[in-house]
This record gives sequence, C-alpha cells and structure tokens, in this order.
Amino acid sequence: MRTAGFVAPEAKARRQGSTVWRFFKYLRPYRKDLPIALGLVALGAATQALGPFLIGWSIDNLIVPGNVRGLLFILTVLVVNYVFGVQAIRGQILRVGWIVQRVLAQLRQDIFLKVQSLPLSFFDRSEAGDLMSRLLNDVNTVNQAFGQTIAQMLGNLFSLLGIIIAMLAINLQLGLLSNLVVPLMIITTSLFSRWARERFRVTRRTIGDLSTKLEEDIGSVKEAQAFNRVHLNIAEFQQLNAANRDANIQAVAITAAFLPSIDVLNTLATAGVLAYGGYLAVTGQATLGVVTAFLLYVQQFFRPIQILSQFYTQAQSAIAGLERIFALLDEPAQLKDAPNAYVMSPIRGDVTFENVEFGYTPTQRVLKGVSFQATSGQTIALVGPTGAGKTTIINLILRFYDVTGGTVRIDDTDIRCVTQASLRRQIGIVLQDTVLFRGTVAENIAFGHPQATQAEIEAAAQVANVHDFITSLPQGYATELGERGAMLSQGQRQLLSIARAVLVDPRILILDEATSSIDTRTEALVQSAIARLLQGRTSFVIAHRLSTVSQADQVLVIQQGKIAEHGTHAELMAQQGVYANLYALQLGSAASTEPIP
Amino acid sequence: MPPLNRVLRQLGRYRRIALGAIASLLLLTAANAITPQLFRWGIDQGIAQNDLRVVLISGAWMVAAAIARGLFNFGQTFWAETASQGVAYDLRNQIFSKIENLSFSYHDRSQTSQLLTRVTSDIEQVRSFIGTSLIQVIGAVVTLVSIAIILLLMNWQLALITLAIVPLAAWVLIRFLQRNGDLFRLVQEQLGDLNAVLQENLIGIRVVKAFVREETERSRYTTLNEELISTNMKTIRAIRGTFPIIFLLSNLITVVVVGFGGLQVIDGSFSIGELVAFNSYLLFILQPILLIGFAAPAIAQAAASAERVYEVVDAEVEIRDRLGAVNFDHCGGRMTFENVRFRYPGSTTEALKGVSFETQPKELIAILGMTGSGKSTIINLIPRFYDVSSGAVRIDGRDVREFSLASLRSRIGIVFQDTTLFSGTIRDNIAYAKQNAALQDIIAAAKTAHIHDFVETLPDGYDTLIGERGVGLSGGQKQRIAIARTLLTDYRILILDDSTSAVDAQTAAQIQASLDDLMQRKTCTSFVIAQRISTVKNADRILLMDQGHLVAQGSHEQLLATSPLYGAILESQVKQTHPAGERR
Repeated sequence: MRTAGFVAPEAKARRQGSTVWRFFKYLRPYRKDLPIALGLVALGAATQALGPFLIGWSIDNLIVPGNVRGLLFILTVLVVNYVFGVQAIRGQILRVGWIVQRVLAQLRQDIFLKVQSLPLSFFDRSEAGDLMSRLLNDVNTVNQAFGQTIAQMLGNLFSLLGIIIAMLAINLQLGLLSNLVVPLMIITTSLFSRWARERFRVTRRTIGDLSTKLEEDIGSVKEAQAFNRVHLNIAEFQQLNAANRDANIQAVAITAAFLPSIDVLNTLATAGVLAYGGYLAVTGQATLGVVTAFLLYVQQFFRPIQILSQFYTQAQSAIAGLERIFALLDEPAQLKDAPNAYVMSPIRGDVTFENVEFGYTPTQRVLKGVSFQATSGQTIALVGPTGAGKTTIINLILRFYDVTGGTVRIDDTDIRCVTQASLRRQIGIVLQDTVLFRGTVAENIAFGHPQATQAEIEAAAQVANVHDFITSLPQGYATELGERGAMLSQGQRQLLSIARAVLVDPRILILDEATSSIDTRTEALVQSAIARLLQGRTSFVIAHRLSTVSQADQVLVIQQGKIAEHGTHAELMAQQGVYANLYALQLGSAASTEPIP
Repeated sequence: MPPLNRVLRQLGRYRRIALGAIASLLLLTAANAITPQLFRWGIDQGIAQNDLRVVLISGAWMVAAAIARGLFNFGQTFWAETASQGVAYDLRNQIFSKIENLSFSYHDRSQTSQLLTRVTSDIEQVRSFIGTSLIQVIGAVVTLVSIAIILLLMNWQLALITLAIVPLAAWVLIRFLQRNGDLFRLVQEQLGDLNAVLQENLIGIRVVKAFVREETERSRYTTLNEELISTNMKTIRAIRGTFPIIFLLSNLITVVVVGFGGLQVIDGSFSIGELVAFNSYLLFILQPILLIGFAAPAIAQAAASAERVYEVVDAEVEIRDRLGAVNFDHCGGRMTFENVRFRYPGSTTEALKGVSFETQPKELIAILGMTGSGKSTIINLIPRFYDVSSGAVRIDGRDVREFSLASLRSRIGIVFQDTTLFSGTIRDNIAYAKQNAALQDIIAAAKTAHIHDFVETLPDGYDTLIGERGVGLSGGQKQRIAIARTLLTDYRILILDDSTSAVDAQTAAQIQASLDDLMQRKTCTSFVIAQRISTVKNADRILLMDQGHLVAQGSHEQLLATSPLYGAILESQVKQTHPAGERR
C-alpha cells in the first residue's frame, strides 16, 4: 500500500488479483464442503426471490378474479417456501462460517510458523515492534472483512443475482429498464469510494499526527510541567485536534452523501418501474401483478447494494493486509539442519573458532578471520566497541547464522553437522533485556525446561538469588507476569533470566551483561548470582563491568571484526594497547579518574 | 445513565447543528412514509383506472420524494457526525489539558497507555454514541411509531396482526444479546491472548530459539487458535439460532398481509394499491428493532467510556497556585527545609521523615544516599512537583507554596534522572522550554553540556532529526542534550538528578567543570545528586540521606572522618567498577 502511488493501476489490479487468488487457495481443503455451502447460499437467495413473483402472480390470477381457495393454496406454498429458505440460510451460516473460521485460523497458524522460522537477520532488519503492529493490524482487518461479513456478502450477492434474473424472466422490457440502474449504482459506488479514499487519507494523517503528539506528551507530563511547557503543549494539541476534527467532517460529507445517492438512484428505478409499468399496464401489455412484483423487487435492490459497497471498502483494506501477510510468508526461511544432521551428545564444552568469516549480507564482512579456543569451564570476556562483532560471535556459537568461511567447533564437532535443537539445548543465554512471557513466575523460570518440577524451579531461583523476592510476591511462584513482565524491575527481571539459565544447566553459557544501572542492592544480588552461574561452565560474556573482565580466563578484544588483542586482563593492561585505552575510556569510569580513597 | 447525560449537555454547544440533524430525521421519516402512498395512488387511481396521467404524476412525485429523502438523509448523517466531532474535539481538549496539568502524584499512579486509551478509544466510543447510536435510536423510535400509526389508519385489523410481530422480534433479539454478550467478549479476549503469544514470539525470538522453545510455543499458539475457532463457532451457532428466525418472521408477516389483505381485496373492502403500499411499509417495521438491538450494547459501552473520560476530567489538580500567589523573581539563595515530612500517595511509609537543613547563597549541595533513601524526593519538593505532607520548604524565608507555580518552575532548572527527548530536531529538543531561542544561545548551552562537537559531526547538525524516525543517540548523548535543554532556561536554582550517569567519566568531569563556573555566575543555589566521587567532592556541602533521614552533612573530608555510612556508600560504588588490587 505504501508504494501504491507509484504502481500503475493495471499492475495494482493484477497484484490484487493474485493476492485474492492466493487467498482462495486456502479454500482447497474444503473443496467438498464448498459446493454445499454455496448451494445453500444460492437456495436461500432463490427462496427470497420467489416471494414477490408469487405475490404478483396471485394478484393477477387469484386476487383480481377472486379465487379464495387458490389464494390460500399459494400462501401455503409461500409459507413452505420461506420455511424451507430459512433452513437453507441456517445451514449456510453454519457451513460458510465454519470454512471461513478454519481458513483464518490456518492463515494465523501460517503466520506464526513463519515468524518462528524466519532467520534472525529478518528481525535485525525490520524493527520488531513496527512489524508487530502492522501484522496484528493486518490479521485483524482480514479477520473482520472475511470472518464476519463474507457470509452476508455472499448472501446479498446471490439475492441480487436472483432478483435480476427473476425480473428479466417476468418481463424482459421492464426488467431491462429497472436493471439499468444497477450499473449506475456501481459507478456511483466506485466514484464515492475513490473520493472517500482521498479524504480518508487526510484523516489518517491527522489522526496519526494527533496520536504521536498524545503519546509523546502524555509520556512526558513531568517534563512539560518542569519546563513550563503546559500551555504551549495544550495550544499545539488543540491545533492538531481541530485539524483532525475538520478532516473528519470533510470525510463524513462524502460518506454521508453516499447512501442517499444510492437511495435516490434506487427510487428513480422504482419510479421508472411505476411509470413505464403503468404505461404497459394501461396499454394492456403487462398486468397489475407484474407491476406489483417489480415494485417489490426494486425495493429489495437497495440493501444488497448498500452492503456490497460497504464490503467493497473493507475488502480493499483486507486485500492490502493480505498482500503484506503474504509478503511475510514469502520471506525465505532460516537455515535448516543438514539432511544427515545428528543429535549432539552431551558435550564437555570446548569451543573453537577457526578462521571464522561472516557477513550478514554478501558484501559486508562483520568477522574477518576470527580464531580462538576456549577450554571447557573457562570464562571468555568479549570486549570492544559497539558494532565490532561481539554479538555476531555469540550468534555464531548458537548457530543463529552459519559462518561464511572457517568453522565453529564444539568438542571437535563442526556445529553444522548436528541438529540446531540439540546444539542449543547445551547452551544457555542471559540477555541484556530480559523478555518475560505471559504466564506465572514458575513458568517463566522453566522456560527452557517446561517439565521441571517445582523443587527444581525453586532450586534454580535460589541459585539466582531471586527465591526470596518471589516468595514475597502475593502468589509466590504462581504470580502471573503481566505483558512483558511490566510489573518487575529491571534487576528482578535479570535475576529471573539468570534462574532460567540455571535451570537448563547448560555446558556453555552466553551472557550479555546489562549496561543500565540498577540499584546497588539488586546489583550485588545480580553479581553474585552471575558468579555462581558462570562456575564450571564455558562462558562467553559480553562484558561491561570491570569485575567480570578482570576475573575472566581470557579477554578477547574485538575491533572491526578481528581479534585485536587476546590474553588475561593483567597481560593486556601490561601491553598498554587497545585494551588499556578502552579500559581508561569505558570501563574505568569513576575509578579511572579517582584513586581509591 | 449520568455520564451520558453529561455528554448530552456538552452537545448543547452544538445545539443548532444537533437540531438540524433531528429536523432532517423527522423530515426523512415523513418522506419515507409518503412513498408507499404514492404507490397506492399510482396503482389504484392510475393503473386500475387506466389513467396514464396519474401514473406519470405519481412517478414524478416519487422522484421528488426520493430527492427530498436523499437530502434529509444526508443532512441527518452529516449534522449528527459534525456535532459528534465537535463534542469529541471539546472532550479531547478538556482531557488533554487536564492531563497536562495533573500533578506528579497523579501521573505516578497512572499508566501512560491507560490515559492514552481514554483520550483515543474512549472518546471515540462517546463520539460514535452521538454520531451514530443516538440518532439511530431516535430515528428508529420515530419510524416505528409513525409507521404503526399509518398502518393502523390504513387498515386497523391488518395493522394489529402485523404489529404483533414487533414484540416477538424484539424478544428474540433481546434474548440473543443477553445470552451472547459474554460470548462476544470472550472472542475478543481470546483474540487478544492469541496476539499476545505472537507478539512475545516476535519480541523474544532470540530467547525462544536459544532455549529451543519453538515447539512448546507452537503448541501454545495452536491451542489458543483452536480455542478461538470453537468460541467463534459458538457465536456462529448463536447467530444461526436468532437471525434466521427474525428473517422468517418478517417473511411470514408478508404472507399474512398478502393473504388477509388479499381476502379483503376480494371482499372489496381493500384495494390492490393499498395492499401494495401496506406491504411496502413492512420493510420499515423490523429495521428499527434491529437498530435499537444493536445500538443498545454500543450505548452501554459509550456510557462506560464516558465515565472513564470524566474520571480524568474531574480529577483534582492537587498542586496549584494559591489565591494571591506571588511571583518568584528574586532568589537570594537561602533555601530552608523545615522538619519536612513527605509520603508518596499510596505508599505506606514516609519517604522523608523530618528533614531539616538550610543552604547558604551560592552553595553547591550534593545529596548522597542509597536507592530509596529520599534523595530525589528532596529535590522534587523544591519546584513543588509534590507538596510536603508536613513541615515547610522555604526560599529566602518564604514558603514555596506561596509562589505561583509558573514563576517558581521557570526559575528552577532541573535535569531529570531519566532523560526524555522528543521526536524532532536536536535544536527543537534543546529549545524545548524556550521556543524562540537564538541559535547562538542553543550552541552555547550545547557547548557547556559538551554535546556541541558531537552535533557538529552529524550531517544536518542542529537540524538533525532524533527520536523514532531519526538518528539514534546513546544514553550519554541524550543526557548531555537534556543538560543543554535545562541550561537554556532562565534558571536561578539548578538541580541535577544523577544526570551524567551514562556519560563517560572524562566528559562528565569536563561537564562538571563548566557547570561549576556557570553555577558561580548564574545560580543562587545548586543541588546535585551524583554517584561519582569527583562530583561529590567538589560540593560545598554533602547531605547524606538514609531511609528518609538526613543522617549527616558536611564536606567530603568531614564526612569521611565522621560517617561510617558515607565510607560504605563510596566503597560500594567504587567496587562496582573497580575491583580491589587493580590499577595503581
């Protein structure tokens, strides 16, 4: 949609066509159910169309001649017809509903599976939050357009067809005349939807401006008050608010004119039928019953067209949503296990990088020949400026990506030879920003080991120094964590993520130290929990704290994709090179400018 | 429903527009009611009498009625929407200016997202109540009553039979809504749950993969997806059980009318034209019921929304100017805390438990203490972000509560612990409190905050966009911009709340040096909350806070000699970054 302005109309129509076609493919599993559902829809519409025909016929042939018995018979037929029709409609609602729900569920399932199988580079590329809001929005529009209205839409389409056919069958001339209005209605509808689209583009922009302003200002009331900005903010808001109101009123002028215009057209048809039909009747070319039937039919035009036109706008945005969803589904999936990949047996935890090269894109090289060896149980600190390649090294150990040159080995096994799942089961991670999931505290700790017993979970929490905090919560381990665990502090979330890693008991541990400062007491808890966690495991730490670095068995200084220096803290300090510099700038902090008192 | 009454009163400002909408509605109903009568006339006097002239005239009248109907329909919708937009505009302004003015204590207790919901979707609910539901319900009632009267006048026996269907359909619909309200809410809830799992998997994709959770997550999602299908199918079954019945009722009533009316036509007591007209009115009879039925839950929702909106609009602004507040225009520099006690609303313990101290002119005061000791609370009381629970804060002997808020705050420059910048250019951000500041003043402030050199390296310099759609800044850079922002104001009292925590030590020291100079020249008193020893050491006096008490004050050397707590805090801070036995 964002590029729609640059696409020729035919190309856009073609693309929309293929999107719709692809959506139809989701119907394939319901090949057998579909004809029945559609048949019921058609049947329901036909019984509706039959009504005016029978009424018209009985006026001419029964009421005018005064045939009471005949009239009662026809009425019985009508009742049977309607009761029968309602059964068809009931069946249609159920069957169409079932198919649509299944199709939508399948679409949602496909989206989820795709999200899971996308390579991490995809998430690095597109901001996850942005992607998220678009995706949820698109799924919702598609849900709404196809979930709730499609059955109604189908029913109306069929009844419109039924009415047109019935009219043409009863009286060709009159039928043609009254159907003249249908193309007019279609033209009017598409004109209005074009005008409305333009106006709504403006309203979308003004709403966007307004909500950006709102989000920012409501989130920063304290600043506004401290800096005496309140009046200015209110004035700015009122301006945007007024612009939004005016844009909405302008848009509503179009939408408010639409239905009345269709209504006027419809009445023109009715008047035409009455006038021309009256002429035919007066001149003996048509009967009173025919004219009556037509009047009844023409009045039934209005609603289906109204509903179809509303659906048209909804369908437009749903198709745009589908396009984006399908674009996501077409993203290439991540690397797969090699066909002969085997399950990695329990490891000692030696990690070797042998001349490893890597780039996220073919042209860019993030790692330019990195080699090192970590022996089981060692702590390796990775230091270096942002973007130097520290995170990349970690991504390669976890095999989130495959190397483009060289090899990564664990215990002499090239990690490409084993299944990803079996590799990652031996590795634990603690990331800077802890992502918590909906569920209880216990479930969050047991994240990597869902079958863990309560005792195991509590033991892990004790190692991570978080048991006391958890038991102080009202529901203890059964406390539900809100969306993204919002009710916990940064430090408490870190402790939980440490517990999570402890429970998995990995041989290799990856730790991305948090940079943000937390309060002193929690900080102490985090430090001692981390120290316990590192004990006896091969650990890779993206370090921000000097204490961590100085206790590491090896420090790798990464600079521009290469290992610039390598050794223990003491050795590197003695070299007076990159590390010593970095230390003075970044790690030294207060201590570097102030001697200990 | 009182909140909706209040909404209606707010509609009073748009009385004329609203009356226009109602007038259009009445005229529309009249035009609607006339059309079937034209059928009757055309058929009975025209076709049946072989009078082509009548046929054509009735056709022409129908066109005229249609055009009138179109105009009134437009007028009704357009004016109702216009009035609703006006009310929404007023409500949004009211709630926004209230939010901007509400005290810190209110904002401490409320979540941004919740306030946002009230300004956006709650007000939208109220708006659609005025723009749609209200006019729909009025229209439905008017239509129902007028059509019923016409039918009764045309043929009272047939009308009574016909109207019997109305309560029947209403009963079916009410039963449906009562039984299934929960079901529809459940669908929304389950959809929300499902989306939450998807969202977690997007945000936490690394964790999911690293912990090999893909399958567990997949089955979690699939289960919820299946549950959603089954709830959706329940709603579909409920729909199947209700609407076809209403549909059938309306069809059966047509049959009854044709049958009973047909017999009367055969009798000669009813004409064919009347029969056709009567039949046409049937289309109008069930629609009002459906409209009211669907408007009812929307109205209930709107009432709840309006209540939430007014809750904020009516919230009390705790901190405001006293009657006869004076302007704060001169600062001598003597600031007094007089046995100050303070408890945050909703908290059980006091954050300050009787704090007293007095500053001398030009003094630089450092406040030190553990997290939660009351450091930030002290400085929050000076610009009256909160008012003391008891005791008093005075400047030059005058209680801060006697000053007007605007004048007091405009003279206090504060740099918060958490930096909030705004989307816009760097220049806009520095000039946040002073819109029309000259570029040279902005640059001067930026130089003092040691961010100028960095800004110069950016492609667009001071016009570089930052925030969501602009350049990303590091924590230290943000803090320095925030410092520049404060330095640009007309402060006489400067307050820095741990505001160089993310800036590297060297730069922080440089900033501190240039600030020292400024403080000498421009301020009457300055407060610094800092972790760094260098900052604390420079202070004229250090206030040491512990659990809401001022436990010691004095210079660095004095405190080192007398306060064990001071030593302990310094040591703990050094330890974090400097392990024992390193770097001599």
